[in-house]
Amino acid sequence: MSASSELPRNAGQPLDLDVVRAIRVNKSAAERRAATIPTRRTVKKEWQAAWLLKAITLMDLTTLSGDDTPGNVKRLCAKARRPLRDDLLERLGATELGIRVGAVCVYHQLVPTAVAALEGSGIPVAAVSTGFPAGLSPFAQRLEEIHQSVRAGAQEIDIVITRAHVLTGDWEALYDEVKAFREACGDAHLKAILATGELATLTNVARASWVAMQAGADFIKTSTGKEATNATLPFSLVMVRQIREYEQATGFKVGYKPAGGIRTAKQSLDYLLLMKEELGDRWLQPDLFRFGASSLLTDIERQLEHFVTGRYAAAHRHPMP
Amino acid sequence: MASVAEIFKTMDYGPAPESDAEARAWLARHGGKFGHFVDGAFTKVGTTFDVIDPSTNARLAKVTQGTTKDVDAAVAAARKAFTKWSKLSAHERARHLYALARMVQKHSRLFAVVESMDNGKSIRETRDLDIPLVARHFYHHAGWAQLFPTEFAGYAPVGVVGQIIPWNFPLLMLAWKIAPALAAGNTVVLKPAEFTPLSALLFAELAHGAGVPPGVINIITGDGRTGAALVEHKGVDKIAFTGSTDVGRIIRKATAGSGKKLSLELGGKSPFIVYDDADLDGVVEGVVDAIWFNQGQVCCAGSRLLVQEGIHDRLIEKLRVRMEKLRVGRPLDKAVDMGAIVAPEQLERITALVRQGQDEGATMWQPSWGVPKNGCFYPPTLFTNVEPASTIAQVEIFGPVLVAMTFRTPEESVALANNTPFGLAASVWSENINLALDIAPKLKAGVVWINATNLFDAAAGFGGYRESGFGREGGREGMFEYVKRDGRRRTEGSRAVKSVRASKPSKGTPSVSRLPSDVGVDRTPKLFIGGKQARPDSGYSRVILGPTGQRVGEVGEGNRKDIRNAVEAAHAAAKGWSRSTAHLRAQILYYIGENLDARAAEFAARLRAMTGVTASQANAEVQASVARLFSYGAWADKWDGAVHSVPIRGVALQMNEPIGVVAVAAPNEAPLLGFISAIAPLIATANSVVVVPSEPHPLSATDLYTVFESSDLPGGVVNIVTGAKDVLAKTLAEHDDVEGMWYWGSRDGVKAVEFASAHNMKRTWCHAGAVDWADANEGEGREYLREATQVKNIWIPYGE
Repeated sequence: MSASSELPRNAGQPLDLDVVRAIRVNKSAAERRAATIPTRRTVKKEWQAAWLLKAITLMDLTTLSGDDTPGNVKRLCAKARRPLRDDLLERLGATELGIRVGAVCVYHQLVPTAVAALEGSGIPVAAVSTGFPAGLSPFAQRLEEIHQSVRAGAQEIDIVITRAHVLTGDWEALYDEVKAFREACGDAHLKAILATGELATLTNVARASWVAMQAGADFIKTSTGKEATNATLPFSLVMVRQIREYEQATGFKVGYKPAGGIRTAKQSLDYLLLMKEELGDRWLQPDLFRFGASSLLTDIERQLEHFVTGRYAAAHRHPMP
Repeated sequence: MASVAEIFKTMDYGPAPESDAEARAWLARHGGKFGHFVDGAFTKVGTTFDVIDPSTNARLAKVTQGTTKDVDAAVAAARKAFTKWSKLSAHERARHLYALARMVQKHSRLFAVVESMDNGKSIRETRDLDIPLVARHFYHHAGWAQLFPTEFAGYAPVGVVGQIIPWNFPLLMLAWKIAPALAAGNTVVLKPAEFTPLSALLFAELAHGAGVPPGVINIITGDGRTGAALVEHKGVDKIAFTGSTDVGRIIRKATAGSGKKLSLELGGKSPFIVYDDADLDGVVEGVVDAIWFNQGQVCCAGSRLLVQEGIHDRLIEKLRVRMEKLRVGRPLDKAVDMGAIVAPEQLERITALVRQGQDEGATMWQPSWGVPKNGCFYPPTLFTNVEPASTIAQVEIFGPVLVAMTFRTPEESVALANNTPFGLAASVWSENINLALDIAPKLKAGVVWINATNLFDAAAGFGGYRESGFGREGGREGMFEYVKRDGRRRTEGSRAVKSVRASKPSKGTPSVSRLPSDVGVDRTPKLFIGGKQARPDSGYSRVILGPTGQRVGEVGEGNRKDIRNAVEAAHAAAKGWSRSTAHLRAQILYYIGENLDARAAEFAARLRAMTGVTASQANAEVQASVARLFSYGAWADKWDGAVHSVPIRGVALQMNEPIGVVAVAAPNEAPLLGFISAIAPLIATANSVVVVPSEPHPLSATDLYTVFESSDLPGGVVNIVTGAKDVLAKTLAEHDDVEGMWYWGSRDGVKAVEFASAHNMKRTWCHAGAVDWADANEGEGREYLREATQVKNIWIPYGE
C-alpha cells in the first residue's frame, strides 16, 4: 500500500449476496477469543522493544481536529519523520532500521501542508474524506472530495461508508458506494471506515467488511475516532477474520486499520498479537496493517525509554508531536 | 540472545517466563520434603516418593507415602475436630470459608506457580482459570455456610468425609471437594493425586494459618493404596472421588453396603457438535478451549468433534490452520497455549492410543512444528476418518487428541453424541436457537454448553450422567452431597408407625370370608409388562400366604428373562413418557388415585388378608396411598429447575431430568403404600420403572394392574415383576440398560445392589431399615424427587 508494497491491489469482486447473508458471528464466542488473545501471548524485554518499534512503523500519526492549523500539522509531520529520540534509537541498536511512522493522516484542507512537510521522507499522506466523519454530504460532493485530495497529493484516502446502508441491509447500495469511491481514488489507496460502533452487531460488522472488500477496498478500518465506541479487539477480530476469508476466496490480501482509542503501548501490542495470531506475520507490515492513533506514540516512546534505561519515563522528556 | 533489530525483522515470540523463585523458596523452607498435614501440622516425613516437574522431569520435592496408620491418624483427627466444627454457628463457619477465599486470593500467584510446576499446565491457565475458580468456589460456599440453617433445614453434616482427587486440576478439585464439605459442617481427609500433591499441602498450611481449626482439613499424600485405605476406613462417613471410571467402579464396589455416602465424578468422551449454521471461527476457538485446554487432560474435554457433513472439510481446514498457531512449551512461559503432559505414564498412554488410532485406519494430523524434546510434551493432534467403532472414538484419551466424525441430521447428531457409556458434558454449536435448545435436553450429559465450552462456576453444579458418575459439585445441588437427613423423626412405638408398618402379622385371625381369592374364578395375576399382563417366562407361580399361613393367592414367579422384557418395555415407553408434559403426568397420577379410591374397600380387604392388619389400619393405608398419589400429582408440575446466577452474559438453566429407566425393589412392609411411595415420585418426574413388589405381600401391587389400565397410564411406564426380590434385584442391578435403582430390603440386598450397580454406574438409592411410610416427612417429598432426577445444567451465553 505504501510505495514499497509489492502486493497486487485488491481488484474487488462482483457482489455475492448469498455469501454476505450467510455470514453469522457469535458475539459471546468472539468476545471470549478477543479476551484471551492478550492473555495467551505476551512479549517481554528485547521482544517487547522490537515489537514496539514495529508498532511505530505501523502508525498513521493522526490529527483530525476542528482547530488543526498548518502549524500543528507541520509539528506532527516532523515527529513522523523522527518518531524516536536518536539516543534511544542508538541504545536500541535500531538506527539502521529507518524507523518512521506509516503515514500522516489529516483532513483535506491540511493535505498540502503535510505533503510539503513530508517531502522526501517517503511517508505518505492520508486524507479522511467523503464527508468524514458522518459521510452524509451529497454523493457527488463526496466523490469530488476524493478527487481533490488525490490531486493535492494524498496517497491514501480514508473514506466513510453510509451506515444506513448496513443498518437497512442494503448491501447493493453499500457495494456501489465503496466501488465508486475506489474508482475515484485512482492510484491512491482506499481505506474503508466502517464506523463499527454504529453498526449495532458484530454480524453487521462482518458483512460490511465483506462488502467493502468485494467493492475493492485496500484496507478496512474500524472507526473515525468520533463514534461512541471505536476500535475494540472484538470488532477487530471479526474484521480480520473476514480479511482471512476474503484472501482464501480471492487470493487478495486486504489491509486492516483499527483506529480510535488506542492510546497505550500495551494496547498496540495486543493488536499486533491479534494480527500475528489470526492473519500471520505478513500482516505486521505497513502495507497491510496500520494503527490510527494520535497519542499512542508518546506512550511507546516512554516504554522504550524504560526498556533502555530501567527508569520509568516522563512524557515531557520526549518531543511532542 | 536475539537483538532488537533482528526481532524487529522476524517479529517472532520470545521467552516470557514467570518467576518460580517464591515457589522454590516455599519448597526450600520445607527442605524439599513433606509429611502429611494432619491435625493442624505437618507430620514427620515417612517413606517418600518423588514429585516431578513433568516439563523437565526434575524432582521438585519428596512427599510421604501414606500408610494405613497415617490414614487412621487423619480420620481420628477429623473425627475429633468434627464435634466442634459441626457445632460452630453457621456464621462462624461462613467466616472461615470467607477467610479461605481471601487466603487463596492473597497467595494467588504462589498457588498458580506451584500448580503449574507440579502439573505441567500453563501458568496462563492456573493464573486465569484454576486459581480464580478456586477462590470463587470458597466465596460461593461461604454463602452456603452462612445460609445453611435456613436453606438446609432438616439436614445435618454427614461427618468425616474422605476425598480423593485427580491430578488434572489439583487445587480446583480440592476446592470443589473441601468447600461444600466444610460449608455443611463436615471435616475432611483429602488425598491429592500422587503426581500433584504440592498445592494441597500448600493449601493446608496456609488454611491453618488463616485460622481453620486443626483437624478440619487433613491432607494425606500417597498413591492408590493410600486412597484405598481411606475408602475402606470405617470411620469415614462419605467418599467423594474424582478420577477415572475404572477406579470409580472399584470404589463403588468397596463401599457397597457400608452405608457410606458416595459421589463420583468420573471420565468422559464428551461430544462437541457443530451444525452447519454455526459461526465456524467461533467453533474453532471453542475446539481449542475444549481439547487443547490443560493439554486435553480434562474429564469434560470436548474430545469427539461431530460435524455436519456439508461443512466438515471447511472446518477441518480451519482447525489445521489454527493448530499451526498453537504454542507448546515451558509451563511457566506466559505465552504458551499448552504445557507438559502430567507424567511419563500419561504421555505413553496418549502415544499408544494415537498409534492405535492410526493402526485402525484413522487419519492423524499434527502441526508442522515440534514440541520440546526434554519433558513430557505432546502436540495437538487431530484425527479424521474416524468411525464410531474406532478405539480412539470410544475411550477417553485424556490428552490433546481430537477425533472428528460427521453426521447428516440433528437426529443423527444426537444418536452419535449419546453413543458412549459416558455422559459428562456436551457442547452444541448453532446460530439457530430452536435447534440448539431442542438438542440440549436430548443429550445424555450433566452439563451442556451452547456455543461455548468448558465454562465452570461454583453456582452451577457439575457432574455426569451414566458412567461419568453421579452427584454434582457446585450450587445447591452440590451441597446435598454433603448432608444427610437430620435424624429420622421416627418415634418408635407411636401409633402412626404401627398402623402401617404391617410386615409382621398382627395377632388374631382375620376374617377371610370376603377375600377376592375366595370368589371361585381363578384370578392368578400374571406379570405386568408393557401395559399388558404377561405370563412369567418360568411357567411357575408362587403361593402367597396370609398372616396365619393360609393361602391368599398366587403370583407369577418372575425370572431374568421377565426382567429383560420389562426393561425393554420400560425403554420403549420412556421415549414418549420422558417427554410427556408435567400436566399430563399430574393428571394421570390424580386419576390413579381416583381409581384406587373407588376400589378402596377391595384394596383394604386385600391388605387385611395378606398382612393381617385391622380394618382401620388397612383403610388408613389405602387412603394414605391415595393421598401420596395426589402429593406426586401435585409435585409433577412443581419440581422446577432453576436459573443459576453464573458470571456470563447469559443463563445457566438447571433442568431436573428423569434418570430414565429406574428399577425399584419395593419395601416388603406396607405393600400398597410402600409400593406407591416408591413409584409415584419416579412417574411424576417422567421416569419409567420396573418394580419388584413386596415379596411376601405382592397382591396389592398386582391388583393395581387394572387400576393403571383404567387410568390412562401409558403401557410400559410401570412394569411389575413378582418373585424373589433379591434375586430379581440383582438382575436389575446388573442390567446395563437400567439407569437407576431404588432398593428397600436387607443389608445384604443393599450390598449386592450397590456392588452390582458399579458396572454401568447406575444411581442407587438403597435402604436397609424400615421406613415409616405414613409419615409424609419420611415417606415422600423433595428427597424422593431429588433422587428421581438428575440435574442438567445448560449454559446459554447470548448477545448479538
